[in-house]
Amino acid sequence: MLMINCPFCGPRSEAEFAFGGPSVSRRPEKPDDLSDEDWVNYLTVVPNPMGPVRELWWHARGCGAWVELERDTVKHDIVTRPEYVK
Amino acid sequence: MYLGLLILKKHTLMQHYSLFSLARNALSHHTGWPKAWRSPPLGSEYDVVIIGAGGHGLATAYYLAKNHGITNVAVLEKGWLGGGNIARNTVTVRSNYMRDESIPFYVKSVELFDGLTKDLNYNLMHSKRGMLDVVQTYSKMREIRHRMLAMDIYGSTYEPLSVDEVRRRVPSLTGGGAGSRLPVLGGYFHPDAAVNRHDAVAWGYARKADDYGVEIHQKTQVTSLLRDSDGHICGVETNRGTVRAKKVAVAVSGHTTTLTDTIGLKLPLRTFNLTAYVSEPLKPFIDVVVNCPDIGVYFSQSDKGELVIGGAPDPGQSFRRDIKQNVFEDSVCAMLELFPSFKRLKLLRQWGGHLDIAHDASPIVDQTDIPGLFVSAGWWGGYKAIPAGGYTLAHFLATSTPHKLIEPFGLGRFRHLEFVSEAGTTTAR
Repeated sequence: MLMINCPFCGPRSEAEFAFGGPSVSRRPEKPDDLSDEDWVNYLTVVPNPMGPVRELWWHARGCGAWVELERDTVKHDIVTRPEYVK
Repeated sequence: MYLGLLILKKHTLMQHYSLFSLARNALSHHTGWPKAWRSPPLGSEYDVVIIGAGGHGLATAYYLAKNHGITNVAVLEKGWLGGGNIARNTVTVRSNYMRDESIPFYVKSVELFDGLTKDLNYNLMHSKRGMLDVVQTYSKMREIRHRMLAMDIYGSTYEPLSVDEVRRRVPSLTGGGAGSRLPVLGGYFHPDAAVNRHDAVAWGYARKADDYGVEIHQKTQVTSLLRDSDGHICGVETNRGTVRAKKVAVAVSGHTTTLTDTIGLKLPLRTFNLTAYVSEPLKPFIDVVVNCPDIGVYFSQSDKGELVIGGAPDPGQSFRRDIKQNVFEDSVCAMLELFPSFKRLKLLRQWGGHLDIAHDASPIVDQTDIPGLFVSAGWWGGYKAIPAGGYTLAHFLATSTPHKLIEPFGLGRFRHLEFVSEAGTTTAR
């Protein structure tokens, strides 16, 4: 089980959090300028490495904050400290 | 050396398994059984290379040889034969899907599974016991009814059951009464569902494919895919050297993107860990697969008497094969709500398997943008799909045109944003 360091509540068990999905790149400013392939990749392709991925977690059974962190998909270690997402 | 290769290439004399062969070998104290498949030296070139000697890879090799006469095939396996997800699932075969695209495919798979013991001359211990869905919400009731009507078009069946009938068929279902948070409202029975023996599926396909002349190479890890100057696939790099082939099929479950990343091919797949666990053996007390979709848990009783229990996947991406305590606890707590008597059960083993899930949760079987490179991925619960998955991929590899059953599951659906969003994909959720 993960121990997620909530920016407000400190280290809390993963059981208090709901998974919020992968943290994907921002919507392109001008989608019309993209090729069809790039647009489809933006919509459907999420990096799937054996290594760190960026993802969102919601402290649903705690303070309610959304945090973004980087977690290793093999070791499950949190690689970068969770940051509050406004 | 050359002579040795010729002898190995020759059709082996496979022993037919029967009551008589069992009796004959009993006389020699079972020391005379021939090997079920060969271990030939790795060649440098084949017509087709299949990566992954799991269910889908071996089934593809078998149908390539049987239906299309293509036998110069190598199946490359990183670990040992049938040691991946085919050994890490809950052996449930069913066709209770939602979409017009999905149902006929799984109906075909159920049909192939039903005849597979005879086809492979290998006892799969196939038990067509049916699956009983315990329904606890009206939204799930409507959703299954929707599926029942769709399935009826394609020859798959759901039968509605009253609460009394559900409890009569599953006497251990003592929870979910009128006063509980999610009372049992009724059920649906899916008579097409079955369970069987997963090792036998892998071994049976391997033995028959080998008999046709297909080579299975274990402990042969593909490290990267190779392209020629035209961009066409031309082989694979392995820990035992380069193997050339004009057609390469990737059937490696969770590691599809690990391989396609080596040639810069992007696929809409994410890898998750799905877990299952087994109780201590008990006397026979449940003769159907019990599925509780509203609480996200399902189970069946194995021939050894163990309850084989499946639950939800880990929330985020994962390449692990262990089980997360909180995911496990969620499934167990949910199950005890409906089956309070299971509280005294000891759980013996638990395992996880990593599988990849496509953006729309439907499988991907297609030739990729790299000519000659085929993928069979996104099998989110792919055990039930093994025969039809292998059957259709073999057709695609042999004829270069997709079989009509997998035509909807091509990569083009992402390009045209025509997703096949499937609600019947998981048993649990």
